[in-house]
Amino acid sequence: MEHYVRPASLPDPAKFRFVLPARFIRNRMRRASRFCSESYVSRDTISAEAQAETTVYSHPFTYHRAATLEDASNLVLQLGEEARLLAGGQSIIPLMKMRLARPTALVDINGIPGLDSIERDNGELRFGALVRHAEIENSEIAGSIPILHDCAAGIADVQVRNQGTIGGSLAEADPSGDWGAVLLALETSVRCTGSKSERIVPLEEFIKDAYTTVLKPGELVREVIVKVPPKGSGGAYVAFKRCAPVYATVSAAVQLVLDAKNTCKDAGIVLGCVGLTAIRATEAEAALRGKPLDVKNVQAAADAAYEAAQPQSDMRGSAEYKRVLVAALVKRAIGIAARRARGEKAEAGHEYAGR
Amino acid sequence: MPDADKILVRVRVNGEHREATVEPRTLLVEFLRDHLNLTGTHIGCDTSYCGACTVLLNGHTVKSCTLFAPMADGGEITTVEGLSTTNELHPVQKAFADCHGLQCGYCTPGLLLSAIHLLSKTPKPTDQQIRKGIAGNTCRCTGYQNIFKAVRAAAAAMEKR
Repeated sequence: MEHYVRPASLPDPAKFRFVLPARFIRNRMRRASRFCSESYVSRDTISAEAQAETTVYSHPFTYHRAATLEDASNLVLQLGEEARLLAGGQSIIPLMKMRLARPTALVDINGIPGLDSIERDNGELRFGALVRHAEIENSEIAGSIPILHDCAAGIADVQVRNQGTIGGSLAEADPSGDWGAVLLALETSVRCTGSKSERIVPLEEFIKDAYTTVLKPGELVREVIVKVPPKGSGGAYVAFKRCAPVYATVSAAVQLVLDAKNTCKDAGIVLGCVGLTAIRATEAEAALRGKPLDVKNVQAAADAAYEAAQPQSDMRGSAEYKRVLVAALVKRAIGIAARRARGEKAEAGHEYAGR
Repeated sequence: MPDADKILVRVRVNGEHREATVEPRTLLVEFLRDHLNLTGTHIGCDTSYCGACTVLLNGHTVKSCTLFAPMADGGEITTVEGLSTTNELHPVQKAFADCHGLQCGYCTPGLLLSAIHLLSKTPKPTDQQIRKGIAGNTCRCTGYQNIFKAVRAAAAAMEKR
């Protein structure tokens, strides 16, 4: 398959942190040399023009706090097309600072009660939209599905995990995001709430494209519902990145069901960062399903993952490098998932280059 | 921006009530530095990468360059200025000084708060937990080894207390 070409209107997330900062640094230095050389100069003493020239911050917007879900939905509809919801803010705020996003109004949903709980009932785990990654990392309930812990414990760094939310992450639908791949490997649906209606959408349908979901204007993610995998299941998420605060170069999420004879009854294999959305590697899954989990079949799954990936060359690596990497990570994740399915303890998660 | 669109932000910083009326796009770090004159919190990369701007918000570390000030309204903030109010350094500060956990010092306010957050959650961290706990803070001088030593020493010192 040919490498995909990102539409010109979409920003390349890989470039956010490394191409633009030079401009910020120049701006910062200019500001520092002009205003801060001798004594502290209060912002109030700087003329409005000077402030406008030296500031690197976001386009102006009006800020609104929603008290309820309905309130949030109505506010977004009322404030017009350029209004956006604000949850943890760990993606939209950097985008706004770089002016790649220019919402005219933000509706802060952090004050809405009841969106921050993790519950288990009826064979499902339910994550409120505002559950922070760090809360999932430290949650015993979420820990009952190890692949969730693998993911939550390695997203960006501590500070980002303390603030970023699972609902915001899915609603953003960043192709390099971690949750998309992990939750697709499980059976996940998203409860979406609008001002008058509510619907539950399977995750496969929820994410339509890069940065694009089925959410309609005024609709927001209320809950993420994950089905608890059956007995004999094991999963693992392996992501490879250069250092903590950046997105992964490539990631692989594998969820297996094994029987007592080491036959793979079911397999979910999803590849992250190698396409416009997380990619379900159906051929790789077929290479394992109903077959013994041996070296030959695992290699066949890895080869199928290599073919299924649609990576793009960028500053994180060439397309070929990412294909090779994705095959290696799938293999590694299958190994860890299988050990966990047999009840063994095994570590998985985000791995850093050079560690 | 018209004054009507400005927002009153009220916070408790280092135990003290502080407030200012600001544009909503004011970042928390800017609010602390430029409006509350607390310049101990540094701006490094300004892109949510380096962690120099790390502060504690309601007990959790956040990057204050990646939060709009109104999001912290009603919150409890600890900055580096709040770590020691007497002549005695906070045990983590003392450990950084003793172990030479800094050279230029630019990243230090953020690292101190990340270390304090780590030790509050994990009083006896393993090496791996220390690495992970401070992975969101970039230091371009030390090579991190002395920072590890400082966090280990701080953990030991805080356990004794």
